[in-house]
Amino acid sequence: MSASTLFEKIWRAHEVVPESAATPAVLYIDLHLIHEVTSPQAFSLLRSLGLKVRRPDRTLATMDHSTPTQSDQVFGRVPIKIDAAARQVRQLEENAAQFGVELFGMRDARRGIVHVISPELGASQPGMTIVCGDSHTSTHGAFGNLAFGIGSTEVGHVLATQCLLQRKPKTFAVNVEGELSAGVTAKDLILAIIGRIGVSGGTGHVLEYRGSTVRALSMEQRMTVCNMSIEAGARAGMIAPDETTFEYLKGLPRAPQGEAWEASLARWRELKSDPGAAFDACVGIDASGVEPMITYGTNPGMAVPIGATIPECGTDAVAAKALGYMGFRGGDAMLGKPVDTVFIGSCTNGRLEDLRAAAGVLKGRKVAPGVHLLIVPGSQQVKRQAEAAGLAQVFKSAGADWRESGCSMCLGMNGDTVGAGRYSLSTSNRNFEGRQGVGARTLLASPLTAAASAVRGRITDPRELL
Amino acid sequence: MQPLRMVRSRTVVLPLTNVDTDQIIPARFLTTTTKEGLGRELFSDWRYRSDGTPDPQFALNRPEAQGAQVLVAGRNFGCGSSREHAPWALLDYGIRAVISTEIADIFRGNALKNGLLPVTVDESTAAWLLANPGACVSIDLEAARLELPNGTGVVFPIEAFARHCLLNGIDELGYLRGKLPDIERYESTRASRES
Repeated sequence: MSASTLFEKIWRAHEVVPESAATPAVLYIDLHLIHEVTSPQAFSLLRSLGLKVRRPDRTLATMDHSTPTQSDQVFGRVPIKIDAAARQVRQLEENAAQFGVELFGMRDARRGIVHVISPELGASQPGMTIVCGDSHTSTHGAFGNLAFGIGSTEVGHVLATQCLLQRKPKTFAVNVEGELSAGVTAKDLILAIIGRIGVSGGTGHVLEYRGSTVRALSMEQRMTVCNMSIEAGARAGMIAPDETTFEYLKGLPRAPQGEAWEASLARWRELKSDPGAAFDACVGIDASGVEPMITYGTNPGMAVPIGATIPECGTDAVAAKALGYMGFRGGDAMLGKPVDTVFIGSCTNGRLEDLRAAAGVLKGRKVAPGVHLLIVPGSQQVKRQAEAAGLAQVFKSAGADWRESGCSMCLGMNGDTVGAGRYSLSTSNRNFEGRQGVGARTLLASPLTAAASAVRGRITDPRELL
Repeated sequence: MQPLRMVRSRTVVLPLTNVDTDQIIPARFLTTTTKEGLGRELFSDWRYRSDGTPDPQFALNRPEAQGAQVLVAGRNFGCGSSREHAPWALLDYGIRAVISTEIADIFRGNALKNGLLPVTVDESTAAWLLANPGACVSIDLEAARLELPNGTGVVFPIEAFARHCLLNGIDELGYLRGKLPDIERYESTRASRES
């Protein structure tokens, strides 16, 4: 057989029926992740057709998007404040019970953001196909699998058949070489990549991140990179598994154990693009030139090195609208601009390493007066680990607001929002208009930049505080 | 699903690139557990002023845009979140087709599954449409052809199976369930290979 890419190997292994000119492939799905916001209509579809969930053993549900982050609401001492969110939570509880789907509910110690908990359980494994009614499903590709977001109708298709109708996407190699400088993180790298290929540069493609820089990243850093593949328009992002991957997975509750582990390892070691495998597109990135990045506009491609000035928009009316929304002018320096809210969390940057990085900056320092620093762990497990490691104490001593896990201020569905016209420096993934609340102005950056800027109350190069 | 063959309408133009699904339907409206009623909140943060009244400057609020079923927008329409609430909101409002030079992958898939036509066209056709709001166009799904008021036709790409399903009112889930014997065979072959 001719040289194949990692993507092609995984795709072929999951073709129940290959595609033809007239029909898309029937693609088998190994793991289906579900949450409260995009699943209700899918369960309604099943109910209306009298269908069952075909493979509850390949289905895992949790609640994260609309759930509160205040302990008293999470643990039921007071009702969930937003009625519609409470209804959604109840609906998922009922659906999971009726259809026999495993649910990590509100008070479950394993609950958290769906893209944080599946990896920490060891459920996201190399070679799999993973889907979820959420575009950041690309996160799981860090383990060398094909993971992508789907709509609610497709959630229904997977529930009913464990398969999806899919056209084969194209492949796109992102080759990253060189060493990241001190103070430059995986978040900065992916913002630089998106800045380079553009917010629709990956449309129709699956990105494979390759090269020495990627190999040197930890699993949590790899997840940050793959997570934002969708912000380049890509269908998915993936990284071939290696010893770092296997080390991370070994012994996790849902990872194969004993003999099954050895058999899985043998299979997983084959999961890489063959030498000479052809990609439909490619780009080369020099990691040593990447600086801490920050966005200045209303999509993640509008990013600059933190020390840079905002590009002039000239006659570009769309860029002018973005700058108008942000209250910025072309030629302004990013450094020193005031921030009102700092959010550290999300499926992009809500893992233990992210919190550790933030704590490194915040230790012995205080959040600037008037700044609200909201830190939301990606999962209840991350929360416990951060508390055991003393990170939570650092956050509280600095004056941060330390919460229960969830998507929280990344999309503001649960009431954790930024006020109109206020500036939010956020470690999340989208700076769209109103994403963090009506009129909120979002600046995306790394946890290091977020922590440093919270301390100074203005946009700060984290390298000044390391 | 009802068969869909033709959309004939005046256009409403949103001359913006990278219109994301958070703009089409903001996250705070996703706490619904049904598909209905989302049209009211379509483009909510652009359509309504902070006091809740319609912003007369916004394209959809102009008198000439009333009843338009075809939305023309800049490149990369529907990027961002996978929320199917975006096509649900557009359809509930009365939009039947979206025209752009590029339409984001997940939005495109979601749109096709609900009978909202994603029509991608070349730069010069898009430029003309963006410059001529209210133009009467017709979209013939069978021929995969967009016809402009001067009679010029532009063929647009559309996935063959999705087109077949829309033209004939076929439900994709029905087709997929017809493949259950193949799915079972796949599962047993793979189980024996991996054990």
